[in-house]
Amino acid sequence: MSPMSGYLLLSALLFSIGLAGALTRRNAILVLIGIELMLNAANLNFIAFWRYGPNPEALTGVMFAIFSISVAAAEAAVGLSIILAVYRHSKTTNLDKMNSMKG
Amino acid sequence: MNWIVQNLWLVPALPILAAGISALAKRKSRVLAASLAIGSMAISFLLSLWAFAHVLWLRNHGEASLQIFDFRWFQFGNQWLSLGWVLNPLTAVMLVMVTFVGLLIFIYSVGYMAHDENFTRFFCFLALFAGAMLGVVIANSLLLLFMCWEIVGLTSYLLIGFWYSNPKAAAAGKKAFIVTRIGDIPFFLGMVWLYGQSGTLLFYNGGAGCLEPSAINYLVAQTTTIGICAATGIALLIFCGAVGKSGQFPLHVWLPDAMEGPTPVSALIHAATMVAAGVFLVARVYPLMSAHAGIASVLTTSTALQAVTWVGSITALFGALIAVAQYDIKRILAYSTVSQLGYMMMGLGVGGVSVGMFHLITHAFFKSLLFLGAGSVIHGCSGEQDIRRMGGLGRLMPVTFATYAVGMLALCGFPLLFSGFWSKDEILHAAHTWNISQAPFYMGAFAALLTAFYMSRQVFYVFGGKSRLAEETADLSHSLASPDTTNHHGSSAPHESPAVMTIPLMILSVFALLLGFLGTPAWPWFQSFLEDTQAPLDFSAFSTGGMLPVMLSSSVIVLLGLTIGWWFYGRKPIESVDAPDNVGRLSPSIFSALGNALYFDAIYGATFVKLNTQLSKISDWLDRWVWNGAVQTVTQIVFGFAYLDNFLDTHVVNSGFDGGCQGVSRSGQILSLLQAGRIQRYLKIVAGALIVFTILLLWKAKI
Amino acid sequence: MITFPWITTLTMVPVVGAIVLLALGGRNKVLVRWIALAFSLVALILTLVLWHKFNTVADGFQFQELHTWIPSLNAEYRVGIDGLGLLMLLLTSIVVPIGMLASWQIQQRVPLYFSLVLLLQSCLFGTFTALNFFHWFIFWELSLIPAFFLIKLWGGSKSAKAAMQFLIYTMVGSIAMLMSFLAIYLATKTFDFTELAHLAQSGQLMPAVVGKLGWHLFTPEHTAMVIFLGAFLGFAVKVPLIPFHTWLPSAYSEAPTGTTILLTGAMSKMGLYGFLRILLPLFGVQMQQVLTPLLWLAVATVILSAYAALAQTDLKRIFAYSSINHLGYCMLGIFAVVKFTGGDTALTAQKFAAMNGVFLQMFNHGLTAATMFWFVAMLEKRTGGLRGLNDFGGLRKVVPVFTGLMGIVLFSSLGLPGLNGFIGEFLIFKGALPLVTWATALSAIGLLITAIFILGILQRVFYGPLGEKWVHLPDLTIGERLTLVPAIGLMFALGLYPQLILGVVNHTAIQMALNLRNF
Repeated sequence: MSPMSGYLLLSALLFSIGLAGALTRRNAILVLIGIELMLNAANLNFIAFWRYGPNPEALTGVMFAIFSISVAAAEAAVGLSIILAVYRHSKTTNLDKMNSMKG
Repeated sequence: MNWIVQNLWLVPALPILAAGISALAKRKSRVLAASLAIGSMAISFLLSLWAFAHVLWLRNHGEASLQIFDFRWFQFGNQWLSLGWVLNPLTAVMLVMVTFVGLLIFIYSVGYMAHDENFTRFFCFLALFAGAMLGVVIANSLLLLFMCWEIVGLTSYLLIGFWYSNPKAAAAGKKAFIVTRIGDIPFFLGMVWLYGQSGTLLFYNGGAGCLEPSAINYLVAQTTTIGICAATGIALLIFCGAVGKSGQFPLHVWLPDAMEGPTPVSALIHAATMVAAGVFLVARVYPLMSAHAGIASVLTTSTALQAVTWVGSITALFGALIAVAQYDIKRILAYSTVSQLGYMMMGLGVGGVSVGMFHLITHAFFKSLLFLGAGSVIHGCSGEQDIRRMGGLGRLMPVTFATYAVGMLALCGFPLLFSGFWSKDEILHAAHTWNISQAPFYMGAFAALLTAFYMSRQVFYVFGGKSRLAEETADLSHSLASPDTTNHHGSSAPHESPAVMTIPLMILSVFALLLGFLGTPAWPWFQSFLEDTQAPLDFSAFSTGGMLPVMLSSSVIVLLGLTIGWWFYGRKPIESVDAPDNVGRLSPSIFSALGNALYFDAIYGATFVKLNTQLSKISDWLDRWVWNGAVQTVTQIVFGFAYLDNFLDTHVVNSGFDGGCQGVSRSGQILSLLQAGRIQRYLKIVAGALIVFTILLLWKAKI
Repeated sequence: MITFPWITTLTMVPVVGAIVLLALGGRNKVLVRWIALAFSLVALILTLVLWHKFNTVADGFQFQELHTWIPSLNAEYRVGIDGLGLLMLLLTSIVVPIGMLASWQIQQRVPLYFSLVLLLQSCLFGTFTALNFFHWFIFWELSLIPAFFLIKLWGGSKSAKAAMQFLIYTMVGSIAMLMSFLAIYLATKTFDFTELAHLAQSGQLMPAVVGKLGWHLFTPEHTAMVIFLGAFLGFAVKVPLIPFHTWLPSAYSEAPTGTTILLTGAMSKMGLYGFLRILLPLFGVQMQQVLTPLLWLAVATVILSAYAALAQTDLKRIFAYSSINHLGYCMLGIFAVVKFTGGDTALTAQKFAAMNGVFLQMFNHGLTAATMFWFVAMLEKRTGGLRGLNDFGGLRKVVPVFTGLMGIVLFSSLGLPGLNGFIGEFLIFKGALPLVTWATALSAIGLLITAIFILGILQRVFYGPLGEKWVHLPDLTIGERLTLVPAIGLMFALGLYPQLILGVVNHTAIQMALNLRNF
């Protein structure tokens, strides 16, 4: 088994944990955390494919990861602030109660 | 041209003018209306005498006694329609008779109608009638004659229905007008036909008139599609008018009902003048009536005249039969009038103008005398008309009785002294020598017997015995009270009428006595006057041509009739109102059939009247259901197409479009379910998609 | 030479009146009525001036005006009158004031009512004077609009339905007629009556039309017949001829009586006018071909309508059917005239008589029927709208003058000699009997039935015992008597001196009869 398979398995594990958390939790913050987990699993893949890919000398994988992390940070900030606003409005973080955006 | 010929129109125009003025007058101006009517009539009478004298003068100077005056009335196409009047012996005689009898009846009416609220109107109608009747007499054009004829019918209608609040009077007036109009329609068509054939309606026009030989010869030469010559067809159609107006069988039904009118009206219109207008009409168009199809057939009688004879003789017998069984004093006289008019027609048919006209003139006098006498009786008995409730009036009303007796004997034709004898005898003699059949003679003779019988019956009932009027006052509910009752004093005892009524009676009775001597076989002045020949005084005429046997037999017949009448009614005074009729006891069923005028009214009611009603219902039904139904059907079909179109529109065209729209809308609804607002559901979809993609990738990788 | 445009002026007078009334508004109803009456009287005076100036022996049309209008369609504004047109103008001018007087008691939308009446008058004038089919048809159709609203807005309870029926019926007829005329126009390129009549007389009209429209399934005769029947339908509905008459009783009885007067007095003459002015000159040949069925229709019209009148109990319906009956005699006269006689002089003279009779009867019927409905209006005014035969009885006792005058009018309708009705009928029968013997003889039954129902009216309304309800019925007022005098006076005048009208129309009658193509 090549070292990459280990990374990939780890990231798949991380992704699955994140997905499971995002789908099963009712608390908005926990769902956000799950999403962050999935995002980081993706970042881990970027690094893994870069390190064991055909061109390890180009810094593409790191660049991707850094962009992704910064976007995720901004996204987490926006997400948390929305959750805060919703919480102020409806006094709950339970996602099942938040369905006013349905079509 | 003589003044009187030129101004003969004044004779009818004056009464019409009087009628016009009194029509505009107020209801209260009684004196004005009566004096206008009587005054105009008196002047007309004087003018008529003048005209009569002029005709006599013309005869004595050997000039043509036929004077005409024509004028143009209106133009159509290239021709003028002319009207005019004619003065000839026939006109002169009729003029004098109508104006004289009319004048007497006008005077009488002043007394008779004195208490009527519509006195003014009465004289207005009466004057209009007189004018129109005189118009009929002088007309030299069949059209003018027809026009006056119709106006006469109108006034007859108005006067029969004079007491209009009585429904019987109103119905009788309507019946009279309509029944006579049934005869007038063929008359109208005959006139139009005559106009079409001969090109003129003037009777005499210096050789170009429709009664003059050239036109008659032309008419005789024309044959119609139904095989008779045009002259016969036209004559028969015109005769229909005479049948209606003169109450001939089978159009006689209106005349007895017309007795609902005031009695002077019955005397003037329905005895003396208007009903005789039919006879006069036949006399006027006699050249047409007697026109033959053959050339040398002077001795045979034309088809039209045969029809006249048969209708006349049937009517004479029929009217006399029914008169036997009547109880209403005026209805007896009415049926007697029907019968006598039949005699006149028969006289025209078998003997010619002079024979029929002589009876017309004498009848006018004695029958108006009888009617006025009956009016006097009714007036004296406070409106009673049923002869069973009279009796004993001979003592209470001596003048009326005496004059009535004269009239009755004249009507019966009492030998030698009375006018009716001479005129009736003339007819019977002519019928005896008729070349077609002897039947009219026997029918006429039998009718004469019946006449003597029913008149004596009436006289014994009314004037003989003791008064039965008291019973009537005890039982008013049985009263056949006519509207006269409301118009007279309620004095209960029978009384003689005032002088204004009895004097006309006396004058008329003088004429009823004497007039016959103008036309005896020995000195037939009247006949020769009409026929424009000279009359020698020749007593040998009695013994020639079978005259004497006929005279004798008719005398016997009359005396026999009077005797039978005395035997049944005069021998023992009639005791009570309810006593059955002495003749009726012999055969009650026949008597009651005769009393109901052989049910002619009922028969007509069940046939013609009913048919007419049915036809009107049918045409109303046609209108409502068939014509309108056809239109409604078309409408419904159009509506049907509209509904079909509407259906196609809503369900085919519209539903395609609507379905499309609805599909879009519904799919939107379905899709909107995905947008549930549940973040985790979105995530699930993402996850599912991921799994699917993964599987797909793996699948692809395998291949 | 430019002459005064008499006819256009006459046609415009009522229009001006209508505008004045609408501008005036409904504040002063009395003023509105008097102004309307004044305008109709001005029209009457103008007509009388025309009557006076008319040359009774000249051929052709008089007072003609000719203006090009739509050159591309060859539609010209051409008006003029002959004796017939003049007679119809006079009748209209007499009937309209009568209609107005009979509508005096109308209270709602008074200005609108009277302006519609005036518009109708104008349309009638236009119809009776137009000599070009184009604007003749416009007037003909336009007259429906005021009539429709007059019936619908002021009529009885079922007036909406009656008005609609009236409109649709006449429209169907008019459309059929329009189609026929478009066919003729396509072939001849002209709408002018005189030109078309000339073409028809020389026998070129129908060949031209058939040549243009010839359809292989139809023979030329059939095509010509179809075109004739289209035009015939338009007029037969208007007259009306049984069985195209069912709109009439309901329209006449539902319309306010003042409007009924206009409908029967003047509008019903439009159909007859069309027969005389258009069908006779243009389609004489076709009419000859179907003469027998046409005669049967006329006889049926005369007899069935008389019988139907006998079965009615509403006075207005009786007079409506009586109106059909009287116009039936006119139809009989017109159909008799087209009978082919090969130029026989004696029979041509009969045609003159029949033609004159038809003209006279048209005028007399208009006058008599209008006056008769006027009496119904006066009766309705007194009884609050009751007009059934069985509602009354014995009225003569309380309203003797009313009875007497209405009696005169009823007897005029019955055709009593001495009144106006008789001579017209006499001339028609005189002319028609030698031409179409059996049809004429049968029609005489109508004369008898008319007598029966007219005497029935007298008997049931005026004779017999007086009903409790009517004891206080007021008789005619002085004003009403005075307004009736001219109408009734005219009846007597025409009855005693028919030359008054015959003198004017005779020449036209001769020309029309002679212009019928005999071949």
